[in-house]
Amino acid sequence: MTVEELKELAEKELERQHQYKHRITYCSAAGCASCGGNAVRDTLAKTIKARNLEKDVEIAGTGCMGLCGEGPLVRIAEDGALYQRVDAGIAERIIDEHILQGKPVAENLVDTTNPFFSSQMKIVLENCGTMDSERIDDYIASGGYEALAKAVTEMQPAEVAEEVRRSGIRGRGGAGYPTGLKWGIVRKAQGEQKYVVCNADEGDPGAFMDRSVLEGDPHRVLEGMAIGGYAVGASVGFLYVRAEYPLAIERLRLAIKQAERLGLLGNRIFESDFNFRIDIRIGAGAFVCGEETALIRSIEGKRGRPRPRPPYPAEKGLWGAPTLINNVETFANIAPIIRRGSAWFAAIGTPKSTGTKVFALAGKIRNTGLIEVPMGIPLRKIIFDIGGGTPEGTTFKAAQTGGPSGGCIPAEALDLPVDYDSLATVGSIMGSGGLIVMDSTSNMVDVAKYFMEFCVDESCGKCVPCRVGTVHIHGLLEKISLGNGTTDDLALLEELCQMVKDTSLCGLGQSAPNPVLSTLRFFRNEYTELVRAPEGFVPAGTPNEQPLTR
Amino acid sequence: MAILTLTINGEQVSGKDDESLLSIAQQHGIKIPTLCHLEGLSDVGACRLCLVEVEGSPKLFPACTTKPKEGMVVSTDTERLRKYRRLIIEFLASEGNHQCSVCVVNGHCELQNQAYETGLTHVTVPYLYPKKTLDASHEHFIMDRNRCILCTRCVRVCHEVEGAHTWDLSGRGIACEIISDLNQPWGTSESCTSCGKCVLVCPTGAIIEKGEGVSEMEKKTDFLRYIVTARQKREWINVDSDEE
Repeated sequence: MTVEELKELAEKELERQHQYKHRITYCSAAGCASCGGNAVRDTLAKTIKARNLEKDVEIAGTGCMGLCGEGPLVRIAEDGALYQRVDAGIAERIIDEHILQGKPVAENLVDTTNPFFSSQMKIVLENCGTMDSERIDDYIASGGYEALAKAVTEMQPAEVAEEVRRSGIRGRGGAGYPTGLKWGIVRKAQGEQKYVVCNADEGDPGAFMDRSVLEGDPHRVLEGMAIGGYAVGASVGFLYVRAEYPLAIERLRLAIKQAERLGLLGNRIFESDFNFRIDIRIGAGAFVCGEETALIRSIEGKRGRPRPRPPYPAEKGLWGAPTLINNVETFANIAPIIRRGSAWFAAIGTPKSTGTKVFALAGKIRNTGLIEVPMGIPLRKIIFDIGGGTPEGTTFKAAQTGGPSGGCIPAEALDLPVDYDSLATVGSIMGSGGLIVMDSTSNMVDVAKYFMEFCVDESCGKCVPCRVGTVHIHGLLEKISLGNGTTDDLALLEELCQMVKDTSLCGLGQSAPNPVLSTLRFFRNEYTELVRAPEGFVPAGTPNEQPLTR
Repeated sequence: MAILTLTINGEQVSGKDDESLLSIAQQHGIKIPTLCHLEGLSDVGACRLCLVEVEGSPKLFPACTTKPKEGMVVSTDTERLRKYRRLIIEFLASEGNHQCSVCVVNGHCELQNQAYETGLTHVTVPYLYPKKTLDASHEHFIMDRNRCILCTRCVRVCHEVEGAHTWDLSGRGIACEIISDLNQPWGTSESCTSCGKCVLVCPTGAIIEKGEGVSEMEKKTDFLRYIVTARQKREWINVDSDEE
């Protein structure tokens, strides 16, 4: 494959698409597929055949269209009309009325001028909703693999790493480490063999950003990994994805095969001496394997347990070799950065948190689904404009970011810009993108208990504070939530949280107390209302009713 | 290799750059409590007893796996560290079923010693009283999981020194357990060579010889230095063991 051949492929695909008068796309991601999306696809295909429209209408399954709570979703490419809650009957009417007569099916039409759509900004999800997730030609027609071609044929590896550094992008897995800095360290690390690892072990409850990217636009992640491999000098990449994402795995396998067939992965990429292959490793469902050192051990075929850092994987990672490990969303941002330049990317968002962030909106919110917003957008805008606010009759109480490692953000902080540093000031983290909304009906002690139960289950058991401490913290929360706790229990709870945070070995244990500490900080009254003074406690100044007698 | 100068507890000390903070501290007579660490085995930083404070960082560092840096200022015995170490011992005491008075290693137990050292007088967290199993299927030895603190010394000595890898872990979190082979009774294990190394390195009464009465069994870990030194440096050293 040469750069010219890539361009030819793109033109040929566009020509093919223009032969059709209409293009109907349906969401083929797991969310819509699980609520009848496949039946919609079949009906669309059947109706097109029955009406003899096969030469005029193309249907394509795309990535997540965002409004997951209202699926299955269908979109008409030429006028951008979006249909929600489509079933077989509506699908047939879309063909008969919208396509054949030009009259949209009004009752299922989504108002796309709604702030849910207009307040978003799409980079990572730019192809989701328009591009066929299973066709590499469609990806190439959308500018795919142009960035890899540019990197390999026009840039030195050091320039690529420098370009990523200049873009200001920070790790989208949650901690926000500057990606370019990491690339630079791995590039400079000594070692004949280096590796690239993509962390697709998304495990936060309620989070589905990475899954949606992998299902909707798998080539974008492969391209980002290959550019990473070129920049750091690695020839092998591993994509570690959890077994709970079967559709993502299926699409990734297909995408790798397609890219290999076209020579976009494999040996002598774009006729250079750069070789890069990607293997998939499937995780067996342990949250801790999202921690990079545990993930690396899992790829090595060992038990997924973290080890103390340093040394960091950038120096000593997979099989002791320097390893570049980034999250799915980070890799998904790389191709646009190389294609459009670091200056373009750095201008989006805030100076210290550049670009966009994908969030999975869940909980007590009207528009649940997948969104992408520029960094620095006020939380209020995400929840009330894009999310549509809390359900009728309730008021907003808190937003939880970062899952079991994050914290709750109260209503007072709604005007906080959503960026790495601002979220840290209120004791939360950006996290990987889970955003769970709580309203006035939510009980914050129960919220903390839920996340702690998750950590008890997911602790690997290696270090004592996390293995035993989380059990005791959960026990105290249980006791308090049932109304059996005392003020002493509350004090012990805080002491144990601080201890587990300070002494645990890896990020899982170190951040496990965050949901408790953050709800204690902003919703302390919900705890104090539930606890009583310990037995036999006499408040100061209480007169003795029965004076002691000898 | 380079020699570095650092400060531990206000005292100027020197050490090699490939040694651990723990080893440097020990060479200078500074005691840092440990449980999962044992000289001769790889370090895993799991028990968190040897955590120390390093000036300029809010984080705590396990002395057994942390390498020194020039000018590093380390504190090994602050009020915060003492409190956390006591809590770690409390956690270990609460997660197992430890009855010292009827244990074969009573008086020679590393967990018990650490409890004394950290000044533990009572356990503030509730005891979990887990249902644990005891495996007495081996001809000579017993594995009593009630007394196991999951330090993984047995796993490491079996893998790294004996080369049998009979022991490993199953489950995760609080359900973690040491198992032999693929969770078969120890007595039926095909990989176990019955060398007894795991018995000797176990810090508590979890792996013991059969036929020992209460308080009678003394663990001797010195043999390990003897073997490891012989292998690595090709020299036989005298170890302070009062038998054999």
